[in-house]
Formats: sequence, C-alpha cells, structure tokens
Amino acid sequence: MQERIAAVRAQAIAAVRAAQSLDELEQVRIRFTGKKGELTQLLRGMGQVPPEERPAVGRLVNEARDEVEAALAARQQELTALALEARLKAEAVDVTLPGWAPVLGRRHPLTQVLDEIKRVFVGLGFQVVEGPEIETDWYNFEALNIPPDHPARDLQDTFFITEDILLRTQTSPVQIRVMQAQQPPVRVIAPGKVFRVDADVTHSPMFHQVEGLYVDEGVTFGELKGTLSIMARELFGKRPVRFRPSYFPFTEPSAEMDIQCIICNGAGCRVCKHEGWLEILGSGMVHPQVLRNVGYDPEKVSGFAFGMGVERIAMLAYGIDDIRLFFENDIRFLRQF
Amino acid sequence: MRVSYRWLMDYVDIPWPVEELADRLTMAGVLVEGLEPLAPRELASLVVGRVESIERHPAADSLFVCGVDVGGGVRTVVTGATNLRVGDRVPVALPGSVLPGGRRIEAAEFRGVLSEGMLCSEKELQVGDDADGIWVLPADAKLGAPLLEALGLDDTVLHLEIYPNRPDCLSVIGVAREVAALTGGRLRLPSLHVDEEQEAAEAAAVEVAAPDLCPRYTARVMRRLAVAPSPAWLQQRLRVAGMRPINNVVDITNFVMWEWGQPLHAFDYDQLAGGRIVVRRARPGERLVTLDGVERELDSDMLVIADAERAVGVAGVMGGGNSEVTGATTSVLLESANFQAASVRRTARRLGMRTEASHRFEKGLDPNAAAAASLRAAQLMQELAGARVLRGLVDVYPQPVAPHTVVCRPERLRRLLGADISDDQIAAYLQSLELSVAREGERFVVTVPTFRQDIQQEADLAEEVARLYGYDRVPESWPGGTAQVGGQAAPLPLLDRVRDVLVAQGLLECITYSFVHPATADKLRWSADDPRRLAIPLRNPLSEDYAVMRTSLIGGLLETAARNRSRGVRSVHLFEVGAVYQPKSLPLTELPEERRRVGILMMGPLPRKQWGSHAGETTFFHLKGAVETLLAGLGVEGAFAPSSDPSLHPGRQATVIVDGEAAGILGEVHPAVADGYDLGETRVYVAELELSVLEKAQPGIPRYRQLPRFPAVERDIALLVPKAVPAERVAACIREAAGALLEELVLFDVYEGPQVAAGHRSLAYAMTLRAADRTLTDAEANAVVAAVEEALAQELDVRLRR
Repeated sequence: MQERIAAVRAQAIAAVRAAQSLDELEQVRIRFTGKKGELTQLLRGMGQVPPEERPAVGRLVNEARDEVEAALAARQQELTALALEARLKAEAVDVTLPGWAPVLGRRHPLTQVLDEIKRVFVGLGFQVVEGPEIETDWYNFEALNIPPDHPARDLQDTFFITEDILLRTQTSPVQIRVMQAQQPPVRVIAPGKVFRVDADVTHSPMFHQVEGLYVDEGVTFGELKGTLSIMARELFGKRPVRFRPSYFPFTEPSAEMDIQCIICNGAGCRVCKHEGWLEILGSGMVHPQVLRNVGYDPEKVSGFAFGMGVERIAMLAYGIDDIRLFFENDIRFLRQF
Repeated sequence: MRVSYRWLMDYVDIPWPVEELADRLTMAGVLVEGLEPLAPRELASLVVGRVESIERHPAADSLFVCGVDVGGGVRTVVTGATNLRVGDRVPVALPGSVLPGGRRIEAAEFRGVLSEGMLCSEKELQVGDDADGIWVLPADAKLGAPLLEALGLDDTVLHLEIYPNRPDCLSVIGVAREVAALTGGRLRLPSLHVDEEQEAAEAAAVEVAAPDLCPRYTARVMRRLAVAPSPAWLQQRLRVAGMRPINNVVDITNFVMWEWGQPLHAFDYDQLAGGRIVVRRARPGERLVTLDGVERELDSDMLVIADAERAVGVAGVMGGGNSEVTGATTSVLLESANFQAASVRRTARRLGMRTEASHRFEKGLDPNAAAAASLRAAQLMQELAGARVLRGLVDVYPQPVAPHTVVCRPERLRRLLGADISDDQIAAYLQSLELSVAREGERFVVTVPTFRQDIQQEADLAEEVARLYGYDRVPESWPGGTAQVGGQAAPLPLLDRVRDVLVAQGLLECITYSFVHPATADKLRWSADDPRRLAIPLRNPLSEDYAVMRTSLIGGLLETAARNRSRGVRSVHLFEVGAVYQPKSLPLTELPEERRRVGILMMGPLPRKQWGSHAGETTFFHLKGAVETLLAGLGVEGAFAPSSDPSLHPGRQATVIVDGEAAGILGEVHPAVADGYDLGETRVYVAELELSVLEKAQPGIPRYRQLPRFPAVERDIALLVPKAVPAERVAACIREAAGALLEELVLFDVYEGPQVAAGHRSLAYAMTLRAADRTLTDAEANAVVAAVEEALAQELDVRLRR
C-alpha cells in the first residue's frame, strides 16, 4: 500500500509539473484529487487496509494529497501568470497608429484676436458692449463732431441706405450710445463690424474695430498713455511704444500709438515701410463737444477714447498679407489658427 | 503733401539732418510718411561738362566724337546722340563713376577712338523719361561741378500726411512755420514787391453774385507778358511738388500755391468777354470744358467763375479751356480767391474731380492769404515773364476775417494732460506757433492768427502745447477713479458659449460679408411673400454682389461652401455667428432690427480623421446632432417638427422649437438651391437659429437633485412601427404610458429590411426604470412594459416585436 501511495503521489506531482495550461492542470486535478481521482480512491480504499495500519496509511495518503494540492496551487499560479503574460503579449497594439479623435473646430482668427483684446480690457475693468451696425448719420458722424461736408468724411467712404441711415464706418458711435445711456464713470470697449466703400489687398468693405472709452472725473492724457501701453504690452509683449499727435474730429488732443515693428524690431523692413514702427491705434481725449453732445459737462468730467482695427492686428500677429483671406473662409485657412 | 529739405531751408534754418527733421516733424504731428531723394544719389559722381567740339566718328557714321570741357580740361567722349550743339552743357560720367542702376563707366574704345566717359540722357540718369538725346542742362549749370549740386538735385523730398484740420500745412511756408516752432528759429517769408503800372487794375470788373460761397475774390491784371518755359529753379521746385512744368505763367501759379497754400488761377485776360469776372452759381444745364479737356455739366449748386457771357472756370476746382493761358497769351487776369469749403467739396465730388486746388479749398483756407499770394505771383510774373502789373488789387472781401481769441487755463491744461508744464513754457509754445498770449490772472487769452482756424477752444490749445512739449514726455499713469469689474454685456457671453460648443464639435467659425447679392432670395427659392425678401438695399454698393443687407446667414454659408468646393475642398463644416438685418418696411425710416443668429453648414466627409472604420459622409442626423448638442450645451430643450422651408429638401427638414417658439430651421439644402450654388452633386446641410430665442430659454443656476439610492431596472423593447408614425410620437407615447418610473428612454436601433413587415420599420428602445424610494420588483417593471405595450397598440397601432 505504501508503495502504491508513493507511486500515485510521484505520478501526480510529475503530471502537475508537466501541465502546460490551466485546462491541462484541471485535468490533472480531476485525475488525482477529484471526486473519482486516484488519491481520493486511495482514501476510499482504506477499508481494505488492516485496522492497525490505517492511521499510518491514512496519514500517508493525506500527506500525499496535501502535497499534490500544494503543487496544483503553485502550478496554477505559475500558469495563470504565464497565461496573463501570453495574453498581454498577444494584445499588444501599434501605439504609433493615430488615435480615433474627433477633430476640433476653430474660432475664426479675427474672433481669436478679439478674444485676446477683450481679455486684456476685461482684466482692466472694462465692460464689453455692442451697438448697431446700421446707424444714423447723427450717431456715426454728427454726434462725433463730424458735421456734413466735414473733410474727415472723405476719409471714411460711407455706404448709405438713405440720406440719414448708413452702415457705420467706425465703432465710435457706440461711445455716444453708451454715454447717452449712463452717467460717468464709463469704462467700455465696443467691438464690432464696420463698413467702408473700399476693397483691395489691405482694405475690406467690411472689417472689425474695437472702440474704447473711459470717462470719469479728472481723466488725463497720461492715463490714456498708461492704459494703452498696458494693452500693447499684453498683446504684443514688451516692446517700445510711442504716441504721436494725430487728428480725429472727436478727440482733442489726438494721438496715434505705434509699436516697434514686430517683424524687424525697429531695424526697418517692408512691413513697417522702413519706419521701424507700426501704427496700431488711434486715440485721444474725448472732445469737449462730444461730451456736450451727450449731456456731459466737460468742465466736470474728461475721458479718453481709442479705436483699433482688428484685421490689422491679426494680419501683423499671424503674418497675413491679404485681408480678403479673412472673409473667403477657405477651410485650409481657417484650420491654421 | 510733398516738400523738400532745401525748399524748407529757403524759409527757416534747420539744424538737423533730414532724417532727424522727419522724426521730429512726425512726433510733432506732421506725419512724414517717407523720404525720397529728389534724384538718384549716384548722380553725385557725375559732373557738368560743356561741349567744345563735335565731329563725326571717322569709322562709324552713327557716332560722334565730342570734345567736352569738364572744368579741368577737355576730354574726348564718343556719343550716338544727335541733339547736341557746341556750347551745350551736359551731364558727363567720367571713368569710375556709376550710373543709377549700378552701371560703372570706364574708358572704352569705340572703333579706334578712346572715349573718356559718357554723356547721359535723362532716362539713363532716372531723372526723366526723355531717352532720345543727351540731357541738355541749363546754361548756368556750373562747369565741372558735381551734377547733383549744380542742378539743386542734392535734395530730399519729404512725403507728409497732412490731417484735414491743418490746411495751413498744405504749403511749404506752413510746414516751415512748424519747423520754426520746433527749432525755436524764425520764419523768413519771401519779401514781396511789385513795380506797378499807372493803369489801374480796376479795368477788370469783379462781381461776386454768390457771396455766401465766395467770401473773398481778388484779381490782378498783368499785360505784355511773354509766355515761355520756366527757369530751371522753378521747374525744380515743381518737380519737388510732383507737378509737371507747363509754362512760366501756369508754373508760377502752381509754385505760389505750393509755397503759400493758396490756389491761384490765371485767365487769358483777352479771352474774358467784357473783361469781367462774375462769381455766380452755375445756370441749370450750363456746360464747361475744363482744362483737362472734359466737358462738364454743371448744376445750380455749383459755383462758377464767369465772364460777362459764360462760365470760364469751376470755382476752386479747375479753370475752363476757353480762357486758358496759351503761348499766344499776353494779358493775364490772376485770380486769388477764397471759396466756401463745403461748396467746393460738394462740387468736386459731384464732378468726380479732385485737384490740388479743391483739395485745399475743401479744408477751409484763410481768406487773408489771398492778397499775399497774389502779390507773390505778380512779383514772379514780373521777374520771370516780364509782365507789366497793373496798379492795385481788385478785392471783393465784404467781411474780412480777423484773428479770434481762445481762453486757456494753464492749470486745467496741466490737469487734462497729466503733465507738469509751467505757465511760461505753455506761453512759449503757443508763441512759437505765432499765437499771441495775454495773461489775465489765471487765464491766458490767446489770439489765434487766421491761418489757424482749427484752433477754436481750450482743448485745441492743449494739443498744440502737448505736441510741442512732446507726447513722449507726458508721464504714463494708471487711472485712479472708481474701481469697476470688467465683463461682457448680453448677449456676448451667449455668443461665446455658442462658439465653444460648435468648435468642440469640429466646426470652423467663418465670417462672411453682411451684404449679399439681391438674387440670393431667388437662389434660396424664397416665396414672394417671404419676409426674408425684405432686404435693405445700399445706395452705393461696391457691386451687385454686395448690394443688399442679408436677412439670413444661409446665402453666405452656401457661397462659402461653393468657394471651398471649387478649390477642391470637399469636407466643409462651418458656422457663423452674426447679425441679419430685418426692416419693418422699406424704404427704411428707422433703424432695422439686427437679429443675432447662428448658422451652421455641413457637407462632405465628416471632419474626423479615422482609420479602421470607414470615413462617413455627413448626413441629416449629423446636422441635427450638432444642433441638439448646441442646445444641450446652452442648457436649452428643443423640439423638432417637420417644416416646409422652400430652400430645403421637403422631406429632410425640421423647424426647431424652443419654449414653444420657433427658434430656427435645419435640413438638407434643396437640390435646386444646391445647383444654383454649383453644389449640385453633393448633399449640403444647413441650420439657422435665432439666438434671442435661445437666450430667453437659458436656464438659471442648476438645482442639485439627490443621486439615486435604489437600483434601476433595464428593459429593452423592439417595436414594429408603421412608417407614417414619427419616432417622436412613439417616444412620447412610451413616456406617457410608463409614467414617473421611466428615468431614461434611449432609441438604440432603427431598422428597415426583410425581417420587418412591409410599410413598417423597427424601433428599439432601452428603458431605464427606477423608483426613488424603493428597489423595483420584476413584477413592477413588467407592469410598466405591459402598460407601454397596450398604449402603443391602441394609440399608434404599434406592436412589440417578439
């Protein structure tokens, strides 16, 4: 009997070791330790063992069984690990294949530039407002100190709808509407579409401006410079700016702000017409007559206003040389920003 | 406005090189847009020579051998030119000199004759167009001198942009006055003197019949003058001005206009009927051939200069051919007048003419400049044309303009600028511009000369002081004042959200013109009574393509799609956020409503780059999905119902309803419409939504709902649905029948095919059932499904598929 037990045990251990898969191992388990397994049968066969030998034989069988079960467990762990390893190996993918990605759209480059301008001014405490694109002559011109036959009207060739109603040529009429609607302090920017009879590589009959207005007690020209310099630094980085006298009918004194050319850093190039400077915006202290036109008292309040062309800034920022690209909306253009 | 460095120096000393002058002028408000050498710098290497002898080349019929004195001796030069005569002064390029364009001249042998240099034409030197012969220089050009200096060509032209409020700077003297203010130097005006005849100029009777349009008219009469070419110095000045020399009389008027800013006109006095000048409005239908040879039809708003019988000039714009100064002219009536700015501006615009004269008059000129300019021209005509100047100036100037005063408070000026400029400095700046300052306590009473009509109030003086002080010296500061939080007013945050949601779905934002072709309405097949046909027309559109204001975004989107398609781009997925313009009625009597809309266009392959599964084409449901996601992104619930927009496929379109209000349309573009945009062979999908409707429906701050504490039960049902029954009705019926226990209903399959009875389709729904307060039993769930089954059968004749 002892020999028998030893033989079955040896067979079982060898079979466990030889099992190459979990399925094979399961077969081994059934063969030896299952309900009808050989070791199980040996226990059941104890009846034929003389009673005085039974404890020793029983112990031997149980030892053999424990040993085989331990071997089974160990082999199962091994085979499980091997199986996982094999599966993981088989499941490897070419990680360099492109992902299944939904393609993101894009905001129009002009919207993106506008977003950036808005971000700066909102940060400075300005409110972003809008006004109508179709305006009356009064708001677009007269209230801004541009009476009929004023030569400044020549600079802004106007699309007319009636004698009195037109497509606004500038966002400046929003200044008037804002001041009519509220008392100082006023701190707004007004982005929007404007229209002029003009079309070539650098002029579009429709384009975008951002108007700014700051009115309060005791606002100075020095504050105009300070505010616009901060804006320039935010938009164009740290580079020199300069303010030079200019003329707008609705500001006095008037100033244009130039930044050092972002292409040549002032050395002179085609983009800056070898001046080293790029004109970025027009500005000035709100003309006393404009303040009077909206019922403000120029003796009590003062302010500054400014306006800039969004296309021009976008063209400089992105290196775009033809304004028409913005409105052709070629997909291959829009995708670039 | 073109002026030159040397010309300015006739009137003011300039301590700076021209580049520095340009910078200083720009920073003082006289914008220098560019500097241009009056002649190519290379001409410095050429010299003035005199032709001493001309002989035919012994070996070449077409060449000549000239002896040319270049100051230090006679050189032999071979030339092919035939226009030379002994004694002519000519430009000589000696060996070693370089022509404009870089050609280097060396001594060279021409058929056995050594040429020690080259004689040049105007064209070779890039100073003119004449290539036919050697440029014959004025007889007084200094022999042997460098060409540039000898001809006064060593000069630089400054291109100035003069702002419309500064017509005084449309003159060399005006600019010189600015320079003087910057240098602190003195302005030197030319000394004016004329030897007048005994005979009085009153021979010329001047009548101003329209004094409202002509504040001043002066005339001078000159006799026995000789019309001839102008001397070199005068031609040189005109070259600076960018004007073509014509003859001494005309050139003098142009020169004086440039020098003083006062346009002048010379009439052939003998051609003026009755020797009279009448300044009057044109007669209806009156015609005049102007100096440019064009016949102009005048109207009664226009001011003309007439003689006793007919118009001889359009006031302030251009003279008439009938009284032009010609080679035969011996007597001249010189006009130096002042015309009302607005009238000249209107007339010039209506006639489509823009002349140097009208350019100046329409800015508003100083009437007091007229007499000095007239005298200056008379002086020059005496000197250069031998004119006998009749005595006196005929001057109709009923209301002379006197200098005005403007009060200025230095303290307020300092506060406005935010710069600490002393009273004395302020006064000095103003005086340097020829303004006089009288101090009255805290105030300055400033007397403004009549050539500075732009200075009308304190703020104007502030600008004058600031620009001379230097804008760059005003310290920058950050506004104090009331603190405010920035932000965006409605509806801008909504527009941003719309852009975000659409961009996240792969759509590209486009911006199209707000004006469209009037035929857009027909191309989109809008019916005759469609309110979208009420498009506002522009009076002066750029072209028919941009003639009316859009009432829908769809036309612009389709044009954009077509443009992309024609360039070979097939996958087009766009949106636009912008206004459409809807008038109450036409013609417009009040501002129209500007409605904010979002338009979406999708066509061609989906904007998803993907391997493995086949690349899909855009369908109706992609568009609808985009709209649904947009609504969801705004927190808005929308319903969709079949619609009948004529632009869209009759079976593939829907109206979007939000809070019971029509919010827009979506659908496949009608094939006939697509054809009209050359998009016939592809399917195009568009949507257009009214943002005001979406804005109203926006939810407030979300309220938290407790998370479910009990498990859900899932039940899937497959339904056999007659094709005529819309899915939305099936879903509504299920929701109704299932009641409060139905948490979510998802349509997960739509199938038509052999396994489904004819005239039917299969819709499969996943129902999620849940009770808030207990775990649902199978029996409860089954009861819900049974109720749904019964309702579907009874109301819609829909059966469950088993």
